[in-house]
Order: sequence, then C-alpha cells, then structure tokens
Amino acid sequence: MFVYFLRRLILVLPVAFGVSVICFMLVQIAPGDPLTAIMPVDATAEQQAEMRAAYGLDKPLPVQYVVWVGNLIQGDMGRSIATGRPVAGEVFGAVQNSLLLAVTAALIAFPIGVLLGFVAGYFRDTILDRIVTAISIAGVSVPNYWLGIVLVIIFSVNLGWLPSMGAGPGGSQDWSWDWVHVRHLILPAVTLAVVPIGIVARTVRALAGDILSMDFVTALYAKGMSRGDVLRHVARNAAATALSVMGLQLGYLLGGSILIETVFNWPGSGYLLSNAIFQRDLPLLQGTILVLALFFVAMNLVVDVAQAAIDPRIQRN
Amino acid sequence: MKHLNHGIAALTVTAFASLAWGADAQGTLRIGMTAADIPLTTGQTDQGGEGMRFIGYTLYEPLVSWDLLSADRPSELTPGLATEWSVNEDDQTVWTFRIREGVTFHDGSPFTAETAVWNFDKLLDESSEQYDSRQSAQGRSRIPTIESYRAIDDYTLEITTTEPDATLPYQLSWILMSSQAQWEALDRDWERFAQEPSGTGPWRMEAFVPRERAELVPFEEYWDAERVPQLDKMILIPLPEPNARSAALLSGQVDWIEAPAPDTIPAMEGNGFVISSNTYPHNWTWHLSRLEGSPWNDINVRKAANLAIDREGMGALLGGLMVPAEGFLPPSSNWFGAPEFEVRYDPEAAKELLAEAGYGPDNRLSVKALISPSGSGQMLPLPMNEYIQQNLAAIGIDVEFSVVEWNQMINLWRAGAGDPAVEGAESINFSYFVQDPFTGLIRHLSCDLIAPDGTNWGHYCDPEMQALFEEIRTTFDPEAQNEVLRRTHEKYVNDALFLMVTHDVAPRALSPRVEGYVQAQNWFQNFSSITMTE
Repeated sequence: MFVYFLRRLILVLPVAFGVSVICFMLVQIAPGDPLTAIMPVDATAEQQAEMRAAYGLDKPLPVQYVVWVGNLIQGDMGRSIATGRPVAGEVFGAVQNSLLLAVTAALIAFPIGVLLGFVAGYFRDTILDRIVTAISIAGVSVPNYWLGIVLVIIFSVNLGWLPSMGAGPGGSQDWSWDWVHVRHLILPAVTLAVVPIGIVARTVRALAGDILSMDFVTALYAKGMSRGDVLRHVARNAAATALSVMGLQLGYLLGGSILIETVFNWPGSGYLLSNAIFQRDLPLLQGTILVLALFFVAMNLVVDVAQAAIDPRIQRN
Repeated sequence: MKHLNHGIAALTVTAFASLAWGADAQGTLRIGMTAADIPLTTGQTDQGGEGMRFIGYTLYEPLVSWDLLSADRPSELTPGLATEWSVNEDDQTVWTFRIREGVTFHDGSPFTAETAVWNFDKLLDESSEQYDSRQSAQGRSRIPTIESYRAIDDYTLEITTTEPDATLPYQLSWILMSSQAQWEALDRDWERFAQEPSGTGPWRMEAFVPRERAELVPFEEYWDAERVPQLDKMILIPLPEPNARSAALLSGQVDWIEAPAPDTIPAMEGNGFVISSNTYPHNWTWHLSRLEGSPWNDINVRKAANLAIDREGMGALLGGLMVPAEGFLPPSSNWFGAPEFEVRYDPEAAKELLAEAGYGPDNRLSVKALISPSGSGQMLPLPMNEYIQQNLAAIGIDVEFSVVEWNQMINLWRAGAGDPAVEGAESINFSYFVQDPFTGLIRHLSCDLIAPDGTNWGHYCDPEMQALFEEIRTTFDPEAQNEVLRRTHEKYVNDALFLMVTHDVAPRALSPRVEGYVQAQNWFQNFSSITMTE
C-alpha cells in the first residue's frame, strides 16, 4: 500500500509541472492587458511601458515563467496587479470560502445522490426508478446559474426568508456557524448541489443495478443471507467507483462554481477567478488556476489511494 | 442574460408586495456598486469614476474640488483643500495655491502645503520614500504638465508647469491627498495604510474587507460643518453582476444600487423603489478613423451618418434612460455653444448627403466598427449598436461589427486606428468621462495625442483645432476659457467629427427609505446630505 501511495505521489510531480505550464500559458493566450485595470485609459505609451517593466511584463514569456516558478518554489505567488495584494492571501482566503460552499454542497448532494441512485438501482425499471432518473437528468441538465436566480427570486425577493448574496452580514472574515451566517450559505449550497445529486444518483443507480444482477448476489441470497447483508455487499462493491465519482465532483464543486459564486456574490475562488479574468490580472489568474488545479490533482490522489484501500484489486493491477 | 433579466422583472412585478425590509439600524446606507472590488483606498483610487465617487471623494479631497450640491446645473470647480489659486502674470507657468487652514486628517494631523508637496512626491518622485507605483499609475497621467512644486509656507503652495496650462485646476481635481502622519505611523507601508486609510474627506473608513465591503462613518471634525454626513454609516458592497445587484436591492440587503439593469427598472418603480437619474458629463459615441482611405474623411458621409440615427427610438430601447446627443458634449454642458450643424434624425437629408459623397443604393458604403458586449459606461452596447446598424443600413451604409471584450477594447482604443490589431476597423464605439477640457475635448483630437501616444484614436490632426486647444490651455480667465471651449465644441459638431449618439444619465435605484439625495450632474456625488427613514 505504501509503495502504491509513493508511486502515485511521485506521479503527481510531472502532473503539477504540466499544470503550472498550462496555467501560465493559458492566461497569456487571451487578448487584453493587465495594465488596463491599474492605469487610466489616457496613460501615455511611455507610462504604460514603465509600468509594464515594473511588473516584469516586458520580459519574454519563458523568462516570466521561470521567474514565476522560481518564486512559487520559494512560496511566493506574487502580487495581484489589480489590487497590489499578495496573491497567496487572496487565493487561500477565497479557496477557504469556496471549500465551505463546496463541502456543504457535497454534504447535501452525496447522501441524497447515493440514496436516490441506490433506490433507483434496486427498484430498476419501476416507476420509482423512472422518477429518480427524471430527477437526476433534470439535476444534470438545468443550468445551475438559472436555478440560482430562480431560487433568489422565490426565497429572497418574494418570501424574504434567505439573503440573496454575500457570506454574512460582516463579510466572510466573520464567518461562524450560527443562523445569521448559515442562512447566507443555504441558497448557493443547494444550487451547487443539484448537479452532483444528478451525477451521483445516475452513477450509483447504474452500479447498483449491475451489481445486483451479478451471480455472487444470487449466491449470497442462496446462502440464506438477509437482504440487508446482501445490500451491504453490494454497497461495498459499488463504493470504489462511487467514491471516485464523488471525489471528482468535489473538485468540480470547488473549481467549477464561478457562475454560482457570481450569482450569489459569494467571495470564493470562482468569484475571484471571474474577476481576475475580466481584469486580466495575470498573477492572480495563474495563482488561482494553479491552486484549483493542484487541489484537483490532490483530490485524485486521495481518491486513488482510498479506492485502493477499499478494493485491493486496484492495488494489484 | 437579457431573457433572465426579463424573468426577474416579470416575477418581481407580481411578487414584491411581500418583501420584508432588512433590519439594519436607521441611518445606515448600504450601496451595491458595480465594481468587483473595493476601489484602492490609499488615496489615488482605481476603478475609474466609481472609485473616485465612493472612495476618492468620500475619504479624501483634492486641492480643487467639484461643486456637488446642485442637481439642476452642471457642476463647476470649487475650492477644496485650496481656498484660492492664481497664475503668475509674468510667468504663466507658475501657480500659487492658498491652502485651507484648520483642516485635519482623520488621524488628527494637520493638512499643510508641505503635506501637499509630500503627496505630489507620492505620485511623481520615484526617488521619494513615499512613492507608490499603484497610486502613481492612477494619478500621474492626470497631471502631465506639472514640473515642480514647493511649499512657500505652511499655507502657500507653488506649482510650476512645463508650459502655460490653464487646465491645471481641472487636473488637480483628480489628485487626492493622503495623510503623511498616518503613513509614517503605519511603518511607511502603503499596504497597511490601505487597511487604515486617512484623508481629510467627510467620511472615514471604519472597516474594510477586500472584495466584500468597506464601512464608512462620518468624520466629525470635518472642516465644513454643513457637509458632515448625516448618516450613521455608509457600507459599500461590490456587486458586479447586474442581476445580483437587483436581487440584493429587491430583497432588502442593500438600499441603493448603481446602474440597475434597464429591464428591471419598471418592476422596481412599480414596487416603490426610486430611480434617480440626471444628465452628467458622459459620452457614448463612435470614434472615426481619419487615416487615408477611410470613408469617414468625407464630411458628407459623417454628417449623413449623424442624421441617420433615430435617437428618440433608441431612447425607447433604453427605457428613456438616456439623453439623445445633440452634439459631442451633453446639451446641458457649459461648453455646448451654438453649433450650426443640427444633430437630428433626418434620413432623407442623410441620403442626399451620402449621394453627394458618391454613395447610393447601387453603390452602398461598407464600414467596419469595433464594439464590445459590455463595459464601463457602455449602457447596452449590443442592442444599441445593432440599432445604429439598422439606421445606417436604411440610408445605404452597411456596418460590419467586430465584437471584442471590454478589456481588449480599451487596448484597441489606446492602440488607435492605424494599429494592425484593429484589423482595418474604421470606427470604434467607446464611452467615457467628458468632465473637464482634457477628457472632454483635447484628448480625442489633439495632434500630439495621436494613438498610441494618447487616445486620439482616429489620427485626426487639424491646425485650426490644434490652435483652439492651445487657446484653451493659455486662457486663464475661467469665463474666457469657457468661451474657447464652446467654440471648440462647435467645431466638433459642425465638422461632425464623431458619430454622436447619446449620453448616459447614471441611473441608480434607491430604496424609498433613502432621503435627501441630490444627484449632481457629475461623475462624483455628495453623500453627506442623505438620511434613512424608518
């Protein structure tokens, strides 16, 4: 197991290198200029050139990359061009807020998705299966930003029950697990949970249906095992794949919530990323994408190791 | 997204009756800004006009300020931290400013001529300890002709310019004064200063969460007792997404939003919200290439295009929230003058002019225009430009659009019509501040500001116009200078140098609890008179 873990960990290094190159290059491809955010439109060409040199943007791209990676290795992610604040502080503060949202959405989505999927798989081709399938297809298909706006209209504007934006009355830095703050989390977390509910339900339904039709299940029943015990075996067999899907979904929840965070003005990494894109804030953009990508890589590592722990066949292969 | 806006409007019309107001204490005004972050808080703000409006002119003050107390006349310059100023009669590059006595920063330190010098060094002297590249990036280009400055005594400041420049007082209205004492107390660290800023403005900052909120409270020792804010607190919240802004207002989480989406306005008004708007020095126009081969070099083509635009019809598209252009500057401007060419909707006259230029049904004119799907001050650029496209097509001008994102659009504006990046476009739709002689007139057509050296996008250069610009810069009597500015604007219009379309009216949606707000005809606003009712 340890050797497997070590092998996977070593494989992360070239992936991380590739991610850093892609992060750096991707943001350079888009047209636009980071200086637009920090200089009036009337700034002369000379003043722009001075500022470009001050931020090292006048150097060739490979040199800029080497400087960026060199600083990263020393723990320095640079400063945001638009705000002047350290990128690390901006990114980790935002990632913390996104994690709060993503984990809450996952806590809502995964149990519901697993339950719905298992029920649909167990009662395959019944009306219950069709209802769950319809729910999961709707969850995957409905644009979640649209759903977010609709929920805001109903629960914030019309009913006045829940706030429509922000992470609390005093901002995210005062977050605590009391009703005043938690009520800010409900609408974005529910909106964010809809897609993974659909995906997890569909995955678990397919897994449960397939496993229930396998010979070993018939053998277990023939041995006289109770229905509950059989389902426990089925769950154990489905767990590895389901876990993999849920791990990836958690990664998507963290990095893929740009629209939700924008609709709800949630100060997370998606919101940060969206602003950085519009301002062409290259250091912030590179830093945010890198952290999110590395989180995704880390999630994959954790899932792979967890899968191996649950299903020893993976390790052998 | 437009459909979503309609959805919000339709649903809220019927459902808003049950709205529950927020429970904040009386006297707290919460504002949803369009900016994505709290503007730079160290003195010289970023985020354009909005930054100056909410952080610049609240926490800080310039030497020469804008009169923001009236809604029914264009704002004019007024004494700020300087009570009076004059130019030396023998040497018109030397100005003397009398500094207002008894002014203190929020930290209690006094504002003097020495502090003003320290602030100019902050922007212009790279060798000074307080030089701040971020503030310099914002402020330096606003004061291009300042050569040197010195404190004659505590309350007398002398500024020398590189050449006679009568627009200096306008330039100085951009330059905001930070506290030297506070900067020194905070280990000479602008990053710490950003967290605990100190200016002389009527508001001081009490709390600041980057990207989320800034809380301002009245500065009780403000020098002008009449302009000490009446609110207990003003909270600024970045809300860049228009639907999120509207929802925040409708759900009672904020009391004021900037730039509500036009299609949500009827719903807001129907439910008791107040839409405040007023003309102000804003321009939404097309700049025209004057490079060789451009069809816009023919005055008949330019006049024909201006006569082809149905501006009243466009007003309906914008819910009436616009001022139809009658010239380059808004009709209410002090510098509008009396141009002979009447900017109106007259498609028949437009066709005749186009025929004189050699174009007609059998020889249609084709032009290419750069437009953006959104952007600062752009109002609703896609439908507005499509509307113009239809109007121009009706007289025989076919427009091909090249749509670029706003950040890139700014770069193309700076690059100019001759840059390969504009890919042969002969026109560019842009919107901006036209509040002072430089931003309003000079920068667009001055020969020495042809892009990329400035924002003369179309490479226009005309000796007569250049002479007018020179006269603006050398006419030191304000009323005589206004007269030159009027003549300059008349030439702008008579020569139809732009496609003159419309001006924004800065709509903002306010809760009915907001009282006492007077929307000045200015990009900056006064928040001191506002109160909140129960």
